[in-house]
Amino acid sequence: MAILVGRETRVICQGMTGRAATFHVGRMLNYGTNIVGGVTPGKGGSRHLDLPVFDTVAEAVVATGANASLVFVPPDRAAAAMIEAIRAGVPLVVCVTERVPLIDMVRVRQALDGTRTRLIGPNSQGLLAPNVAQLGVMATTSARKGGIGIASRSASLTSEIVAQVTRAGLGQSTTVGIGGDPVHGLTLAECVELFEDDGETDGIVLIGEIGGSDEEQAAQTIARLRPRKPIVALVAGRHAPRLRRMGHAGAFTSERTGSAHHKIEALLAAGVLIAPNAHNVGELMREALRSVRN
Amino acid sequence: MDLHEFQAKELLERFGIDTPGGRVVESVADAQRAAEGLGGRDLVVKAQIRAGDRARHGGVRFADSPRTAASEAGKLLGRRIATPQTPEGGALVRWVYVEEAVEAVQLLYAAVVLDRVSGRPLALASARGGDDIEERAERDPAIIQSIPLIVGNDAADGDFAGLAGRIGLNGAALADAARLFRQLAAAFVALDASLIEVNPLALTAGGRLIALDAKLSIDDNALFRHADLRALHDYMERDESDPVELEAQQHQINYIRMSGDVGVLVNGAGLALATLDMVCDAGGRPANFMDIRTTASSLDIARGFRLILDNPAVRAILVNVHGGGMQPCDTIAEGIGIAMRRRPLRNIPIVISMAGNHAEFARTVLANTGVPHIACGRPWEAVQRAVASARAESSSWLSSLVARRA
Repeated sequence: MAILVGRETRVICQGMTGRAATFHVGRMLNYGTNIVGGVTPGKGGSRHLDLPVFDTVAEAVVATGANASLVFVPPDRAAAAMIEAIRAGVPLVVCVTERVPLIDMVRVRQALDGTRTRLIGPNSQGLLAPNVAQLGVMATTSARKGGIGIASRSASLTSEIVAQVTRAGLGQSTTVGIGGDPVHGLTLAECVELFEDDGETDGIVLIGEIGGSDEEQAAQTIARLRPRKPIVALVAGRHAPRLRRMGHAGAFTSERTGSAHHKIEALLAAGVLIAPNAHNVGELMREALRSVRN
Repeated sequence: MDLHEFQAKELLERFGIDTPGGRVVESVADAQRAAEGLGGRDLVVKAQIRAGDRARHGGVRFADSPRTAASEAGKLLGRRIATPQTPEGGALVRWVYVEEAVEAVQLLYAAVVLDRVSGRPLALASARGGDDIEERAERDPAIIQSIPLIVGNDAADGDFAGLAGRIGLNGAALADAARLFRQLAAAFVALDASLIEVNPLALTAGGRLIALDAKLSIDDNALFRHADLRALHDYMERDESDPVELEAQQHQINYIRMSGDVGVLVNGAGLALATLDMVCDAGGRPANFMDIRTTASSLDIARGFRLILDNPAVRAILVNVHGGGMQPCDTIAEGIGIAMRRRPLRNIPIVISMAGNHAEFARTVLANTGVPHIACGRPWEAVQRAVASARAESSSWLSSLVARRA
């Protein structure tokens, strides 16, 4: 089993009739993803890509039994689309939209409270369970079915690491892009818990970067959970250019923890193996698995 | 988008927040006139740079006459001011803000900021503001009090009063501070801000609360619903940004100038950061950060590649691309081809690693365009080659310079 998706996952796409969505839903169908319909207000009752189109998520859920939604809606309406899916009780919502306003994401997080919906993204490449399902816009060429769970904040770097893991002869159980935005759904820490509980995952790769505190939170979870599975982490941005900073308030929130150095120290202290560089993640995981087995 | 103090104050006034009288000027003569207009006594002359910690680094000066206000303005205009919050090299002062000084009995701190972990805005307050607030909070975190805000919920008056009470205010000051916190929270949502910070916030003997300084950052992603702020953003970009970084922005590319000699072109911010790390680990020095966004066309990419070619410090170029669903490798190869066709060849080694979607096709595209380059199968190999090439170029350039001098 992969995490978050499986053979029983039935996917609808919000905004499916758009140009980019049409292209990517086509790719996902080719990959074998079980896409059962789309939602575009005003186009209910029509068909697109040989799939039924509905006006609302609620109608689509009733008609198709969908249990996952991929949100492919422009930034000005993306939050409303996510909230619609949450209110319709869809258990898994993946949003690939970039540049969603921050306050809109605050509203989405408020809508998530107390529901059983898991949100991935926004600004996420989505999730890929090789040979099972693709819910997103990532490259699939170098992905292979295997035992490594990958959770990441960055799309193109993930593709590179996926290729490395495949070259190391390991393959992936699931690759999850949690998205690069300050306010987002699923966290790296939650991914660690899901992968630790997943029978198909043997090792976990975390791909982090400067800013925010997802990595520090993951370190806390790892220290508490003490997972049996080896965890390799890469934190990008040790040599990032210094940018202007405004005021002090950031220092009184979670932002204060954002440096690469701070993240690496927190992960090391939790017992995570730190990849010195982006090119040796696959090798490091292979060695870690070998020593676990011995 | 980070705003200047004078812009932030103008916006906050719309929400009922008091600020001292002031005028923004760009010349010494105008500073003198502004000072005269403001009564001519007890003035503050403040460098307008979009970064904090100005006061401790010479950016805030006091004057007791229009003449001294003008001379203090002269010490700021056209200078660079460096604080721990500016980029390296400091920030150029193009404007100064001449403002009435305010006699305060207490200097407070108030802010609204987005907390990434909870995904909520936080209202922050402290009984004692000032540039050293971070150091003091480090020693004693309790000096900062905060409450989480719920967007779209207006029934939080009691919370704001509670926040004011927790920093030791009472009576009329408590009620006024609660109203100010509510105004800041309203401004935060209405302006699509990511930060509002009033530091210091003066409490006067007459019981007024006045924002002596203000920092305001607007979420760029929300500018589509603020025509006025959008116009301000475009104006500031034109006027103040590094022209190269601005040109890149207009072509869907995030570009930041750095001081090294290895030009770097990468798609995606995470891979770009990881590539800079690899270049440094291989002993090289990046000339730039470049993240090609997925929305960039091949023409945009051509422009980005030319920005690298036009940097005279660049001695080798590293292209590290992992094609995804949104942006296959051939789009990038095409962009490089266009850039090289339009430009008389400067003899810079170009090292290219491409993987992911359409990588094979991209290699054909590159071969067809006739761009001379070193193709590498792996990013790390490409990084090492590029760093070695830059070093070789730099030594051959040095030896030719030495030979010419001799």
